[in-house]
Amino acid sequence: METSVSSMHLPLQRTEPHGPVVPGLQIPELDQCVHCGLCLTQCPTYRVTRLETESPRGRIHLVRAAGEGRISTGERFAEHLNLCLMCRACETACPSGVKYGRIAEAAREVIGPPGSALSRAVARLAFTQLFPRLGRMRVLLRLLRFYQRSGLRAVARVLPRRLREMEALLPPVPARFFTPEAEVLPAIGTRRARVGLLNGCIMPLLFGDINAATVRVLRRNGCEVVIPKGQGCCGALNVHNGETTAAKAMAKRNIDAFLAAGVDAVIVNAAGCGATMKEYDHLLRGDPEYTEKAARFSALCRDASEFLADLGLTGPLGPVDMTVTYQDPCHLAHGQKVRAQPRQLLAAIPGLTLIEMEASDRCCGSAGIYNVTHPEMSRTLLDEKMTSIGRTGAEAVVAPNPGCMLQLRYGAQRAKAGTAVYHLMDLLDQAYQAAEDDAGRARA
Amino acid sequence: MQELRRIVGDAHVLVEDADVIVYEQDGSILQAMPEIVVLPADVTQVSEVIRAARRAGFPIVPRGSGTGLAGGAVPAGGGVVVSLARLNRLLGVDYRNRTAELEPGVINLEVTKGVAKAGFFYAPDPSSQAACSIGGNLANNSGGPHTLAYGVTTNHALGVEVVLHDGSIVWLGGTVPDVPGYDLCGVFVGSEGTLGIVTRAIVRLMRAREDVRTLLAIFDSMDSATQAVVDITAAGIVPAALEMMDKTTIEAVERGAPAGYPRDAEAVLLLEVEGVREYTERALRMAHEVCTRAGARQVRAARDEQERQALWKGRKGAFGALGTLAPNYYVMDGVVPRSKLPQTMRAVAEIAEQYQVRIANVFHAGDGNLHPNILFDIRVPGALDRVIEAGAAILRACVAVGGSLTGEHGIGLEKRDYMEWLFSKDDLEAMTRVRLAFDPQRAFNPGKIFPTPVSCGEVRRAPARIPEGLWI
Repeated sequence: METSVSSMHLPLQRTEPHGPVVPGLQIPELDQCVHCGLCLTQCPTYRVTRLETESPRGRIHLVRAAGEGRISTGERFAEHLNLCLMCRACETACPSGVKYGRIAEAAREVIGPPGSALSRAVARLAFTQLFPRLGRMRVLLRLLRFYQRSGLRAVARVLPRRLREMEALLPPVPARFFTPEAEVLPAIGTRRARVGLLNGCIMPLLFGDINAATVRVLRRNGCEVVIPKGQGCCGALNVHNGETTAAKAMAKRNIDAFLAAGVDAVIVNAAGCGATMKEYDHLLRGDPEYTEKAARFSALCRDASEFLADLGLTGPLGPVDMTVTYQDPCHLAHGQKVRAQPRQLLAAIPGLTLIEMEASDRCCGSAGIYNVTHPEMSRTLLDEKMTSIGRTGAEAVVAPNPGCMLQLRYGAQRAKAGTAVYHLMDLLDQAYQAAEDDAGRARA
Repeated sequence: MQELRRIVGDAHVLVEDADVIVYEQDGSILQAMPEIVVLPADVTQVSEVIRAARRAGFPIVPRGSGTGLAGGAVPAGGGVVVSLARLNRLLGVDYRNRTAELEPGVINLEVTKGVAKAGFFYAPDPSSQAACSIGGNLANNSGGPHTLAYGVTTNHALGVEVVLHDGSIVWLGGTVPDVPGYDLCGVFVGSEGTLGIVTRAIVRLMRAREDVRTLLAIFDSMDSATQAVVDITAAGIVPAALEMMDKTTIEAVERGAPAGYPRDAEAVLLLEVEGVREYTERALRMAHEVCTRAGARQVRAARDEQERQALWKGRKGAFGALGTLAPNYYVMDGVVPRSKLPQTMRAVAEIAEQYQVRIANVFHAGDGNLHPNILFDIRVPGALDRVIEAGAAILRACVAVGGSLTGEHGIGLEKRDYMEWLFSKDDLEAMTRVRLAFDPQRAFNPGKIFPTPVSCGEVRRAPARIPEGLWI
């Protein structure tokens, strides 16, 4: 018996568009998703909520539907898109190579920064007035340092719970910021490359030691290090939170500064920044003056671990007796597909033992300003992460990204675990220092 | 609604468009909006939700991970979608008796991950195993590449706890392979959510084999590849898996998440053998010879576990990777006797030509279970009609050589109208009687499997809100 197709009634009725179409959401990246669902179980927020709306497939469908005018881009839509950590674990899981990050960024450009009217205003102010102007950031951090060292901190105890928790997230501001002694620092030994270094916004202020360590490690590996004065913040937080106007200006500034420096590579020691800078070409697409320059710049960007592993470490490394576990920063593992190189470098350090944790590439809940905008989800993920770290029995966790480091330190403090948190460059620097000390002792 | 909120809590009853719209689809091309989505947390809640929904006259559509390929979780008649995603506990493992007890929302791969250290695994391995749920597998009687050696889900399900239309909770089957009386667990497995909702299952675990070897045979023509499949079985080799991918599929995989398949090959066969080392080595050698004789350009064995995993990753991601070639694909799940593979694949190629559609083939060759994926862009006017006609032509070709409509994806919505090609009116009526014995009002997943209400005394239309143009 044959049934003619015309008599079939496949249920392809859809709710018809009842709102305006949103051209900003009709992007080609959407076409590549065939909603197979393989991303679901890799998504941290889906794992916690088990809700399709909090999964990459669900969010992609929401963006598609909103773009077609089938649902509004109102509050519910924004909530679902904002609960996303932008960790991009779904990109690793996707067999079709869907660029989810771009879809989510396009959506956030439409909905703007997350949170209440007040926090949106604060975020906008930070994105447009603070990050692009690092001098102001220094002043702010100096104030914070003063606050932390004066007795004022005691006052925080009377703050409401939410603010008190946010206050607890604030890292102690170190006594000194990182200020390079010169714009160009010579290689130690034979020169193997001339590299630029992104000084960054938060890194020199809160993690100045790590920038200093990165410079030392690069120089010991025969790199002449250029830290162009003209550079600024990379704009990652802006892009992730839907602010692209200031972000584009920040990108151009960095492109100009580094291309003028004539370097073989631009080294980044913060995973989030690296991922964004490698995608400047996408951010500046359609800008005739910068299309080609951005592509050239993005091609030069390398995470410090990626660059050093490819170059091959030189010079003697001394022992660092420590058991560590490695946390893959999302924007390194998922955003830049750099997984093997940091482990390769850790393996090169004598005395150091790496014990892998379960799901080392699952987000720790830091995710830029997420731990402030979504404290509950952030802490759920952090507690899960601290449990995985605890199970390894390692003394320390290595996470080459400032956001992860802050979050993991906060986690160790919450869990009352003595786990130390290091940047990979810290440990490499220690290993080089150990070798130097040994040599010094031998001479003596 | 108030009632549902009371049962599962506000956060787990969804009604707003921006919340429920994501439940209008599964892994297939079909879509229909649910009216309400409920996510209960345990069997008591499931039972109460069903009672409340039935009192209000809503049809009930169970949903696992929503990775199905036949529209099984698409709420064709609107109603309440009951997502089992929160029932996701692995309740217990009994290694001595080789069983695991789990909830339906547990992800297939998590079962194997949970028992791998003890040297066990859960055999049914759909390509979506990293995301699909055990509940969905039970509903669709899912298979996978290793179905060839281990059988489908029903061969691994010992007992299920189910909630029926009146909210009653009953156990079917047990902890041993055979219980006296009717095999009602067997009836439930593969029923595509039309009989009730599984809330707990006891499944069989298998001992991991001593040795697993995988090889990739590369062919310059589809004909010689399909001939190799016929020859491999004829030679007495029993692979654990025997998978085929054609040139178009290889292109998709290599564009999406490269697995190292040769882009210029017309077809590749992925063959796996398992067992004691003496056997695997001999079987691998024989398979190598047979493939070469059938015309393989190159045969290469995975040298280590990493290479083996890479070969499989490409295969398991092949469906999703089709998104690199076209925004939509329509997958067929026809089955043919293995010996008819060469002629059927020729027919598929002719149909592609005739209907002017691009087809990517990736399938369980060892089982004769085809998956021709018709690639298209749903936004192009007329494309969908042509695609559906081509799909129907392929399935007709399968049935014509003594095959079947579905190997593992289920009938769901998309193939219900073809059931009449395989079954007589009496057959369908008998099946309907079984369905009505469990679910007299067709409350569960209405509109699936059966082409049209069979004129049976007991049959009533579900008191559902039926959108125009839908057929229940």
